[in-house]
Parts: sequence; structure tokens; C-alpha cells
Amino acid sequence: MDLLTEIAILVLAAFVGFEVISKVPNTLHTPLMSGTNAIHGIVLVGALLVVSQASSTLSKVLLVVAVAFGTINVIGGFLVTDRMLSMFKRKPDPVKEEAPADEVES
Amino acid sequence: MTLATVWFRSPDFVNALYIVAFTLFIIGLRGLTGPNTAVRGNKIAAVGMVIAVVATLLLGERQVHGETLPAIISGWSDVWLIVLGLVIGTAIGIPSAIKVKMTAVPQMVALFNGVGGGAVALISWSEYRHALESGGNPELQILIPTLFAAIIGSVSFWGSNIAFGKLQEILPGRPIQLPGQQFINLALLIISVGCAVLIATGRESEGLFIGILVSAALLGNLVVLPIGGADMPVVISLLNAFTGLSAAAAGIALQNTVLIVAGMIVGASGTILTNLMAVAMNRSVPSIIAGGFGGGTIATGGGDDDTEGKSVRSTSAQDVAIQLAFARLVVIVPGYGMAVAQAQHAVKELTRVLEGKGVEVRFGIHPVAGRMPGHMNVLLAEADVPYDQLKEMDDINPEFPRTDVVLVIGANDVTNPAAKDSPESPIYGMPILEVSNAGAVVVLKRSMGAGFAGIDNPLFYDEKTSLLFGDAKESVGEITAEVQSL
Repeated sequence: MDLLTEIAILVLAAFVGFEVISKVPNTLHTPLMSGTNAIHGIVLVGALLVVSQASSTLSKVLLVVAVAFGTINVIGGFLVTDRMLSMFKRKPDPVKEEAPADEVES
Repeated sequence: MTLATVWFRSPDFVNALYIVAFTLFIIGLRGLTGPNTAVRGNKIAAVGMVIAVVATLLLGERQVHGETLPAIISGWSDVWLIVLGLVIGTAIGIPSAIKVKMTAVPQMVALFNGVGGGAVALISWSEYRHALESGGNPELQILIPTLFAAIIGSVSFWGSNIAFGKLQEILPGRPIQLPGQQFINLALLIISVGCAVLIATGRESEGLFIGILVSAALLGNLVVLPIGGADMPVVISLLNAFTGLSAAAAGIALQNTVLIVAGMIVGASGTILTNLMAVAMNRSVPSIIAGGFGGGTIATGGGDDDTEGKSVRSTSAQDVAIQLAFARLVVIVPGYGMAVAQAQHAVKELTRVLEGKGVEVRFGIHPVAGRMPGHMNVLLAEADVPYDQLKEMDDINPEFPRTDVVLVIGANDVTNPAAKDSPESPIYGMPILEVSNAGAVVVLKRSMGAGFAGIDNPLFYDEKTSLLFGDAKESVGEITAEVQSL
């Protein structure tokens, strides 16, 4: 794949990104941010691609950390988004949550 | 026949799976823009991610930029490294996502975004090391995206960590400024880009590459530190877009379509989203970043002099109950205080009791109430408050003049009249909920502390306003009990 093909893909992807988000209710800003956050967890693929190139110990350590970071980004991102969105679902009997309040309000 | 030549390990097959993966990302992302399709959209995107990761693990020997690269898993040592990374990531990712309280979600998003940027920075570092080991600088079409990814990834990682620290209140939410901040930031930017230019023009030095990472790291720290807590959601969204861009750059360096597409979609949609959020706060993205560079408005206690020494009127749960029970229209304005006190169920109960007495109850939701747009909607939806009772700012503001009582639950900055009246206030120009147009205002507060933006609120000293101090959940519970006994 040559550079110009890659740039073509890049430009088209940018327009897809702009178009998809054009109209979003305020309510969904946070879940949407969290969802796009999970999608850039794709960096995990980038980390996996270079693991076999690592020869020195330092490179290996760097890439294990990169794989771990990418995994946290993917798993954490999708789970948190799902938890956030599950709050929008109807529940027959709301369960009361107990949590300490120890911060000031804004 | 070795494994590397099996059909499902061929680059063509893997690339076909990548196409399936990014199609699912796009469908999933579109789902996330509608309330009824969002849950499914997120799951569709997650399936896309699983496909992309599995496809990558399958990938056999391939040609990239004329170089023959070994299979992703070409030996047991690769397996161990990958499994180790995946296990560590899973062990940290799952519990932190599941255990986090809904109130702490914004900083969790910041953290997950940061590690994504960190991964990109580490990938580009190890790529550069690999290039030096195998004979020197790579060709420019790999080198330039690698350098770009290193700078942006590092800025995003450290900037997100600071944003996390501020929201988690490990660091103070109010702006922190160093003397000569503008000069220092500019110098760091020049050092970072300068090192990159030196490498791109032929120098081969890992030291310079580390110089890029370190100066970009300091830049990420110093740019986010001076930004006030109230602007933090916009900053996180911006850093989210940055991480997407850096992933796309890494994708160009690695010649990987799914990285390019997914990264760029996030980069583009993140930029739009950042802008939407900034518009909701009547802030412009450049002015927020300028704040980070030491220009623009810096939140200090604008209007301190006006309110110093003025007294506030405190009230009791019983009085509030009487005010509410005999009102025709009550508007509840929730804020971060409701979130930290987990008072949403108590608020729902109060609403039910008031409606039983024939009182009309509405919720006025400021676009940036809480720490993130939509924060309040999520919490109230959790407590089963009907969606049609939640009114957005533009719909509720005309209602205030005919409102008898406004009940402000732990909201501060979004009701601050200084945003309208006092040009020297750091939040001047931000649209607010005009609660002072109502007949009476009751504010539930923990203490007399200033809001997250660190700005005093003249609303509290208004003669229409009375304050009920205490934990929001307990206060609401007491009021509910009093209303019931009337």
C-alpha cells in the first residue's frame, strides 16, 4: 500500500468521522466521548504488530507496557461506556445505591 | 506447509477482517449518537475491536515497505510478551471499569484515553529503536508519522493524567500557573518539534527521540495544569481526538488500514464533539487552550470583593418542605453535588411525593452540569425519572418566571449570575440557568465552598435565595419526610 493510498483512506475516514457525529443530543456527549475513546483502543493492534520486532529487553518491556495500555484502553473504554448507557435503560425496580459523599459540589 | 502460509494468516485475509472491523466501528459509532441505539452501537463497536485484535494475532509473514516482517506470533517469546501485556491490561482494565462509581466516570475516561496515547508513544519509540537496530532512520514516509505519533501520544498521555488528577481531586481543580508559563510551553513545543526535525533531516539518535517524548510529556503536563476544572470535559474530549490522530499516524507508519481508519474517525469525530461541548459552555476551544498557555481568562475569584462579608440566609428542611408543597411549579436544578451524594433516588422520591400533592415538577439540566455533558441525565435516568421531565437549558429558562420554587441540588457554576452580569468573571458569557427569575430559590449545599471552577456565586447572597446546608441525599430525604407529614 503506497503513501497516497493511505492518505486517501485517512481523508475519507476523517469525513466519515465528521458526518457520523454531526447531530448528537447533549445527553449523549459523554457516552459518545467514552465510546470513541474505546475505539482508539485500536492502538492495541499497533502494539501487537510490532511485538515480534522487539529484540532488546528495553524494547520488550516497552511493548508489553504498550500492549497492556492498549488492553486497558479497549476493555475499560467499552465497559465504562456500556455501564454509562445501561443507566438509560428502564428498570422495573430501581435499586438504591449507598455511597459516601466526601466531595464538594460544583 | 508451515503455519505462516495457511490462508487465514495471509495479509489479504487479515485485511478483509480489518474492513469488517472498521465497518462495525462506523455502524457502532452511528448507533452511539441516538438514545435508543446507543447500547447496541457500543456492543457492535466492541465486536469490531475483537475482530481487529484476533485478525492481527493471526497475521503471518508479510511485506511492509519492502521489508519482510515475521508473523505476529513467530515464537513462544512473542506469545509470552503478548499474553503478559493482555493479562496485565485486563487485570487493571476490568476492575477499574466495573468498580468505578458513576460520579467518577469522567476521570476514568480521561485515564483510559491517556493510556491509549501512552501506548502510541511507546509503539513509536520501540519502532524507532527497531529501525536504528536494523540499519538507521527509516524512510520519511514511515519516519514522519512515527515522530508525529510520538509527540501527540506523549502529550495526550500526560495531559490526560493531569486531567484525571484534577477531576479525582488529587490535584487542585483550580488553575495552577507557573511564572513565565507561556514562554516555558513555547520552549517545550520548540524543543519537541526541533528534535523531530533533526531526526527527520538525517540525525540518527535515540537520545533525540527520547528528547521528543520527554519535552512533549512536560508540555502535556504544563498545558493542562493551568486549565480550570470547569473546562476539563472539553480538554478530555480534545485529548481524546489527539489520541485518535496519533493512532492514525501510527497506522500510516505501520501500513495498517484499521489503525488509520479507526484512529482518524476518532480524531475527526472527537474534534467535532470537542467543539459541540465548548459551544454548550459558550467557550471556544482556542480560548481554553490559550488558558493553558497562560493567555486568555484565568479563573480567579472574580467578584470576590462584592460578596466578601455578605451574609447568606440558611433555612431548614421543614421550611423548604412547606415552600415546595404549596408551590404550583417546582424546578429542580441538579449538579455535581447530587452526583457525589448519590442523591438521585432520593430526588426521584421527593418528586413522586410532590406530584402526589399536585405540584408540577420539572428538572432543569444545564448542558455541562456535573463534570460532563449528560452527567445528570445519566444519573436521573438511573433513578427512573421520566425523560420528558428533564428539560434542557433553552427550554427551561423561559419557564423560570412562572416557577414558584427552584431547588438547586449541589449545582453552582451553572447557576452563577456572574456569568451574565460580571464581565471580569472567568465564566462570563457562559449561558446559565436563570434561576433567579423564579419566585424563590433554595440551594442545597454541603458548605460555603466555591464551585469547581473556584468562583464565588452571587446567587447565594440574593435575597430570594435560602440555603440548606448538609449532604444532598440527607437533606432531600428530610425534605421528603417533611412534605409527607404535611
